[in-house]
Amino acid sequence: MAFGQTRAVTDVSFTVEGGEFFSILGPSGCGKTTILRIVAGFLEPTEGTVLIGGRDMKGLGPDQRPTAMIFQSLALFPLMPVWENIAFGLEARGVAKTERRKKANDLLKLVALEGFGDRMPGELSGGQRQRVAIARALAVEPQVLLLDEPLSALDLKLRQHMRAELRALQKRTGVTFIYITHDQSEALAMSDRVAVMSEGVLQQVGAPRELYDNPATPFVARFVGETNAITGRVAAIENGIATVESAFGPLSGRAGDGLSAGAAARLYVRPEALQHKTRGENRLMATIERIDFEGAFALAHGTLEDGSRLTASIASTELGEAPEIGTRASFAFQSANAVVLPDG
Amino acid sequence: MSAADRIMKGLFGVYFAAFFVYLFAPLAIMAAATFNTSRFPTVTPWQGTTLEWFNALAADRGMWDALWTSIMVAFFVVLVVLPIGTAAALVLTSLHARARSFLYAVMVSPLLTPGVVIGISTLVLWRQLGVGGGVFLIVLAQSSFIICYIMLMVAARLQRFDRTQEEAALGLGASKFMVFRRVILPFLKPALFAAGFLAVLQSIENYNTTLFVRGFDTPLTVYIATKVRTGLTPAVNALALIMVAVTIVGAVTYEAVRRRSRTARASKEEEQPG
Amino acid sequence: MAELYKRFGGGLGTVFLALVAAWLAGMVLAPNVMMIDYALRPNLPPADIGGPRDVYSLSNVLYLANEGVHRAIFFKTVWASALVAFVTLMVCYPLAYWLAQNATPNQTAIAILALTIPFWINEVLRTLAWYILLAFRGPLNAALLALGIIDEPVRWYGDGGVLAGMTYAYILFMLFPIYNAIESLEKSQIEAARDLGASVWRTHWRVVIPHAKAGIATGCVFTFMLAAGSYVAPALLGAPGSRWFTEIIYNWFFEGGDWNRGAAYALVLLVLCLTVVLVTLKIARVNLTDVAK
Repeated sequence: MAFGQTRAVTDVSFTVEGGEFFSILGPSGCGKTTILRIVAGFLEPTEGTVLIGGRDMKGLGPDQRPTAMIFQSLALFPLMPVWENIAFGLEARGVAKTERRKKANDLLKLVALEGFGDRMPGELSGGQRQRVAIARALAVEPQVLLLDEPLSALDLKLRQHMRAELRALQKRTGVTFIYITHDQSEALAMSDRVAVMSEGVLQQVGAPRELYDNPATPFVARFVGETNAITGRVAAIENGIATVESAFGPLSGRAGDGLSAGAAARLYVRPEALQHKTRGENRLMATIERIDFEGAFALAHGTLEDGSRLTASIASTELGEAPEIGTRASFAFQSANAVVLPDG
Repeated sequence: MSAADRIMKGLFGVYFAAFFVYLFAPLAIMAAATFNTSRFPTVTPWQGTTLEWFNALAADRGMWDALWTSIMVAFFVVLVVLPIGTAAALVLTSLHARARSFLYAVMVSPLLTPGVVIGISTLVLWRQLGVGGGVFLIVLAQSSFIICYIMLMVAARLQRFDRTQEEAALGLGASKFMVFRRVILPFLKPALFAAGFLAVLQSIENYNTTLFVRGFDTPLTVYIATKVRTGLTPAVNALALIMVAVTIVGAVTYEAVRRRSRTARASKEEEQPG
Repeated sequence: MAELYKRFGGGLGTVFLALVAAWLAGMVLAPNVMMIDYALRPNLPPADIGGPRDVYSLSNVLYLANEGVHRAIFFKTVWASALVAFVTLMVCYPLAYWLAQNATPNQTAIAILALTIPFWINEVLRTLAWYILLAFRGPLNAALLALGIIDEPVRWYGDGGVLAGMTYAYILFMLFPIYNAIESLEKSQIEAARDLGASVWRTHWRVVIPHAKAGIATGCVFTFMLAAGSYVAPALLGAPGSRWFTEIIYNWFFEGGDWNRGAAYALVLLVLCLTVVLVTLKIARVNLTDVAK
């Protein structure tokens, strides 16, 4: 897909299973909305195909595809009452008025808005408008529901509530959801599988756990969850474990794809994989600068000998044994909890 | 406050009073002259108070015919200008920047053309086609520039239109025609009402253009202007008085309704949660 | 165009384009082309039309240049229209400034309502009000006589009457563009200028007027154009010595019976107005898209 001379996305290929909650995660401008609009039929790709249920969508407009889209702005029709909004797709299909009204009422029940049919969209709260938008999209019985960051306008509390509601709704209806977001916790919490994108390139597709534990690219390692990166050179690869010669001595972790001995590499280790102890392999010394208490855990921020930063998480129950601020502390991790990827 | 400021303030007060006297004195005198028995409309000298000029107005067949002609013209003008003005605004807002500013310049050019020129050019074109002056040409000539106003009003409203609504409707399976009928047109409705109202006013008040294309038809403005030559009586003042009164009542009502709806909306917004 | 069809589809897109084309080609372009055609042809008896004497020439325009009386009336119309624009600007600027910067929202709403009332009734009636007011035995002379300001009634009809009536008629066309322009000026800029010791005059000259330039230019070109093309005010409030160019044009059409010469005069008026509009906007660096808002 290209806009004028600049390509918005290149060589993106993935398959979404029927009935799956699939998210596309990436920072703004990574091309995820472009993909959604191509699937919806608002954009025609310069190359490549979109298949839905095995059927090629080429040449079909948004009105002819078995998809429905929920927009970031929701795009409710402000001058139609809620029920007409919901029944709009049925009206477009020539369904009789009594039938439309009945279907709209059913959907209002589904999204827990019974009795709101004759209100105007402007009279609803943010969460209610959200649910109207969902009901409106579901009314046309799409095979695929496309959601373009629909929760981004809500405040945190409501957003978390709507996540659970969306997830439950998806399970109940069995409709395939393709959900776009730049919020990684949203993607990880709701999705069956997530595709991570950066600068128009697909980085990795996998279950949330898989992305977190086995990031395939440095971008995924950094973008999904918190991580520490340590640069060095690959010394050896053995039994799927790569040893990196770093400024802090040899460190080892699970070997990712594309590693070769002698090449520059980075080792990624999550804050919760670091343990405050003075013995064992894979040790790092850091000067503790501050400890941010976050509730269930605390984050210790420190500096390594070469000045780079290190973050370790400490369970609240173990805060008594936490290092003092200003002291040098030793952290260790198990090789199975770290990943080594080519530097790039 | 310095002395200079105080002088400025005093000067402004005098100016302010003079401005509104300038604005309203002619109207007030014209209105008052309706009730003077004098055959020529004036307030000096006051020859006696009377209501007979309202009767004279009611009995003036020519005036009623002229009013009817004006209403008929206004009706057809609205029929012509609303669809064309709306189409022009939609075409304009669908274009890309450069083509848009060129077309915009072309579309507002009738506003920068003197009214008499619009009348004359319409007249000569249609004479060539064998059509003489009359209601038909009045409608065409007036429409050619009233469309500009409609286009501007509709385009102003369109600028506030959220185009994802169009995509949402298409995505739900609506045809492009249905998007226009159910989404765009309802959104434009307030602007279309206002534009239609403005078109009626513009049409009824027009004189310069109408004068050249009227042929043997006589709309209200032409009739009144002719009266000045053929014998002006306060019956015309009675007509003006009625128009001013209707205007003031209408304007005050409009303002009151606008304020009430604004406060109603404001209180509704307050009720809304976060 | 592609964008239009993509948005509205073939059917509606074609309807919209056809409507716009009918307007611009049929109601704007064709009449003006025909007027130019008329202006450049001689006025001939029907038998000679299409004959050897029916050739294009500038003779109708040259007639205006050589006819002393018409030429004088033309130039008088030009400068008198400029004077109308200037006087209207002087009358409107302080009020526009006050409305935009000093009035409370309530005061603004009421003032704008009051300002629009005279403009809901038509231009002919507005002019008629002045016709009554300025009559030789009318209220203005009576009032001035009673106050002892004049000893004899004054004949107001003529240049003075036309000026007063036109200024009155075009107040709104001047006031609103200036008001809109000044409204967008931050009050703090004026306060800063005053705080730095600038006098009221200097503040206006150096801060407010430069900011409102586009609005002032717009108001002036509209007023000039309306004044130059006005027929009713000079016809009602003028005197035999104060004829307006539009009256000459009218006479060619409906009394002199020479439509070709009338069309030529109208063409001159059109060219004059467009030139003044474009040159003024160019000087004030106003884009045509900012006019007519």
